[in-house]
Amino acid sequence: MEITEELIDYLQKLGRIRLSEEDRQKTMKDLGSIMGYIDKLNELDTTGVEPLSHVFGRTNVMREDEVTSGDCKDKIISNAARKDEDTILVPRTFD
Amino acid sequence: MDSEQIIKLSALELGKAIRNKETTSEEATKAYLDAIKENDGKYNSYITVREEALAEARIIDEKIASGELTGAFAGVPVAVKDNMCTEGVLTTCGSNMLHNFVPPYDATAVRKLKEEGMVIIGKTNMDEFAMGSTTETSFFGPTVNPWGENRVPGGSSGGSAACVAAKLAPISLGSDTGGSIRQPASFCGITGLKPTYGKVSRYGLVAFGSSLDQIGPMGRDALDVAYMLNVISGEDPKDQSSAPTDKLDLEAVKNFDVSGKTIGLPEQYFAEGMDEDVRARVMEAVKLLEQAGAKVETFPMPIMDYAIPTYYIICCAEACSNLSRYDGIKYGYAPEDVDDLMELYIRSRSEGFGMEVKRRIMLGNFVLSSGYYDAYYNKALQAKALIKKAFDEAFSKYDVVIGPVAPTAALKAGESLSDPLKMYLGDICTVLINIVGVPAISVPCGFTSDNLPVGMQIIGKHFDEQTIMGFAYAYERLSKEAKQ
Amino acid sequence: MRDYEMVIGLEVHCELSTESKIFCGCSTKFGGAPNTHVCEVCSGMPGTLPTLNKKVVEFAVKAGLALNCDITRNNKFDRKNYFYPDLPKAYQISQLYCPICRNGHVDIKTSQGEKSIGIHEIHMEEDAGKLVHDEVTGMTKVDFNRCGVPLLEIVSEPDFRSSEEVIAYLTKIRDTMQYLGVSDCKMQEGSMRADVNLSVRPRGQAEFGTRTEMKNIASFKAIERAIEYECERQIDLIEGGGEVVQETRRWDDEKEYTYAMRSKEDAQDYKYFPDPDLMPIVISEEYLESVKASLPELADAKRERYVSELGLTEYDADIITGNVTVVKVFETAGAKCGNYKDAANWILTDLLKLYKDEGVTPEDKEFDGDKLGTIIKMVNDGKINRKSGKKILTAVFEEDVDPEEYADRNGLAQVSDASAIEPAIRKVISENTKAVDEYKVGNTKNIQFLIGQSMRELRGKADPKTVKDILEKLLSEL
Repeated sequence: MEITEELIDYLQKLGRIRLSEEDRQKTMKDLGSIMGYIDKLNELDTTGVEPLSHVFGRTNVMREDEVTSGDCKDKIISNAARKDEDTILVPRTFD
Repeated sequence: MDSEQIIKLSALELGKAIRNKETTSEEATKAYLDAIKENDGKYNSYITVREEALAEARIIDEKIASGELTGAFAGVPVAVKDNMCTEGVLTTCGSNMLHNFVPPYDATAVRKLKEEGMVIIGKTNMDEFAMGSTTETSFFGPTVNPWGENRVPGGSSGGSAACVAAKLAPISLGSDTGGSIRQPASFCGITGLKPTYGKVSRYGLVAFGSSLDQIGPMGRDALDVAYMLNVISGEDPKDQSSAPTDKLDLEAVKNFDVSGKTIGLPEQYFAEGMDEDVRARVMEAVKLLEQAGAKVETFPMPIMDYAIPTYYIICCAEACSNLSRYDGIKYGYAPEDVDDLMELYIRSRSEGFGMEVKRRIMLGNFVLSSGYYDAYYNKALQAKALIKKAFDEAFSKYDVVIGPVAPTAALKAGESLSDPLKMYLGDICTVLINIVGVPAISVPCGFTSDNLPVGMQIIGKHFDEQTIMGFAYAYERLSKEAKQ
Repeated sequence: MRDYEMVIGLEVHCELSTESKIFCGCSTKFGGAPNTHVCEVCSGMPGTLPTLNKKVVEFAVKAGLALNCDITRNNKFDRKNYFYPDLPKAYQISQLYCPICRNGHVDIKTSQGEKSIGIHEIHMEEDAGKLVHDEVTGMTKVDFNRCGVPLLEIVSEPDFRSSEEVIAYLTKIRDTMQYLGVSDCKMQEGSMRADVNLSVRPRGQAEFGTRTEMKNIASFKAIERAIEYECERQIDLIEGGGEVVQETRRWDDEKEYTYAMRSKEDAQDYKYFPDPDLMPIVISEEYLESVKASLPELADAKRERYVSELGLTEYDADIITGNVTVVKVFETAGAKCGNYKDAANWILTDLLKLYKDEGVTPEDKEFDGDKLGTIIKMVNDGKINRKSGKKILTAVFEEDVDPEEYADRNGLAQVSDASAIEPAIRKVISENTKAVDEYKVGNTKNIQFLIGQSMRELRGKADPKTVKDILEKLLSEL
């Protein structure tokens, strides 16, 4: 898999990351060699193999519908850089 | 008991000394805090050292005296990797992104340490967000291996390994996503266990690869590690991936007999590229077990060739999702002079994350993005199914599988930073275990010709920590006897 | 101009009325000061994990069964990744690969007749928080109270051809959710929201046109208007030689037009993948049967039964079953008084008028059906007359009084004792000799006048029929 300029830009956009030109060039090279290695996986024959997301086979782990938390506003907003008494603040959103 | 004596004791020995009133938790805590003050300048194994632990130790001493606390680790100091949330105590994940984050809650494992009556003396250094194998990607500077100042301690739990090795903590907690407990334990010459996925609650462990992450104990010997597992394990209603399991029977660990047990050695674990010294030490250790009556057999495990691609696809995919919550809004690093939302996202993340984290986020975004999901992520989940099948087959034949922890002993500082692929390839022996979720322990098994520690990896069946701990303890005993 | 038809598909979000959120133990209560129904889990603190609420699965299965869906046996949750300040984890836990319900349908009735609307799927997911723009600071305030409130997203097939069909479908979905007790579906509180996907095409053309999406329209009325507007806009565009652009548009209900939302730079790439934190949910045959058994009687079945067994007209049955709160009042009142037809009459002619006059809905203002039953019984037993009954009904509606006590306190008890009525009638006869005489010679219409005078004398507290009987008896004796 070739890592193109366009792809690097797209990945930066998806991750909300901006790299310096130097880092960008290095990342292209690094991701190129990493993807080159990862592409080795194409050699593995997985025909008919069901993808396995959860390794254990544990199922139906659920909790009862009970109110057990809440009412700790200060703890929740205390780490925010921008806040007022009740809420976290962000630069104006448009939608 | 003086400080020098105290820090020589294993955690169980120290707990016993406290219960027998030969020393106190306060004395032990002070001994360690002093040792850290004196020596951690060299190692940088801690990010946060907690002076307030001394006051907590006094309260614990009272509770021990009143009979409220009776656990074998009551009063024993402990170090915790800085990716486990500690209420009111800085939890940085080794990152600028969380350099100022104070969690409002305790991780379940941390709560269990407190319930046992352990004293948290500090939070240990780590690769940023646990991404790395050298503890060099930390925002707070690299940790140095106590076995050689130009050597890395391994990672990502390098701080937790180094502090135990340097006697700056009797025992610690690490986390292991692809080898992050076992590999630093091996590099630093201590014992480290990655429990079965689900054995220890992940609640409060800052997520990296959610299907792979597991908290585990790092200690000076197998018994300390075994007892610590009992302290922190158990099903947690706050983590629906945790499972109900039995506690270890410590007497059975001590009395474990390897005779008649079967050991499988995967050929690929001893293939080309393996350091000669490492191979020799592990094979000598296996020989000892064989002489004690274990049956040893070599078997092929060709799927191992696909371990690293599969692992990096899965862990980066999960990581890019898990790390998206760091946006400069709710907590952590936030640039000041920003009045545009998109700019806030981009600057927070570009300035808050280090290069390795960014690289993995981009890799994760790539394998999940539309058009590539099937070719990469889905393919990795298929490979995961095949890897699990290979392990199921191996464990239908063998009680444990043994191999090295890493292809080499501790690397020179700076060696792998410049070449990420080379660093990833060093995870070849450990990542498979996380993919299938089985437990594995790293046990010290001698030294290289450069006098660097080597670890042997003992891998067990799902939830069969009992057997691998039995093997680990038996090996410890056999190797001691062999030396005498 | 060519003849066009509109093609519409709907995505309806219903907030489930569980006590706690889908993945943590915080309350789902509407309202509440900002960030008071919030914990470390739903605010996306590092290290926290979701824990699935059992009730959400149960409600989803109930809804699926009621909307004639196949229930997926092996369920998983997936992460939908995107950045926005109202989504603190930066991913929404939803279901992409294995939605819990598929292939359902809803039968609707419109002026054009009956029609079946396909349901593509129903999936479980979590709601996002609320953003409030602060004009003073120019910043946006983030309130996480709604984060993690459970939602069902009901995705229809593109089967609608008119706004009337859309409204009929939405009404039916709302009623069904309310009957099941899984969602209160209050549009004004945002617990029911609809996204409308609309395109137009020349009638007879098989391919769909390019569609636009209108998000989160806040009332049935607004949906109707938005559809009509957007349909015309698209036709005008095409007729004018332009092209419809695939985009998300917002309906401005005050100015009555739609406008394109600031376009996202690219099509979103949500990077869905299975959430490793939540274990798969397997629906067993047993579980399915137990949920089936617990389903209440739904609107269609009730309507049929009301007509065939209780003797209501179809029209009356339609109105009553159209609102689950009214159904409750009806069934309780009917059971209490033993006469369902009377209960229906009282509700349709009196109670619903009270709601209408006050401008509130039955959900907004509770009314105790048991009390209506008592009133009807009092009237039917002759203890009070209908007029007094109405008066009591109003008092119950306004102040929730006890009907019998209220009747006593206000002296509404009907005079049914002939010995008390007779003297009053004799008095009327003696005071109205002219009318009596005319009656005697055959002007029988005068009886109405005499009844009225008698009722006045009795201050309305007698049963008019009894009065008439006694009056006729006394007149015949003259």
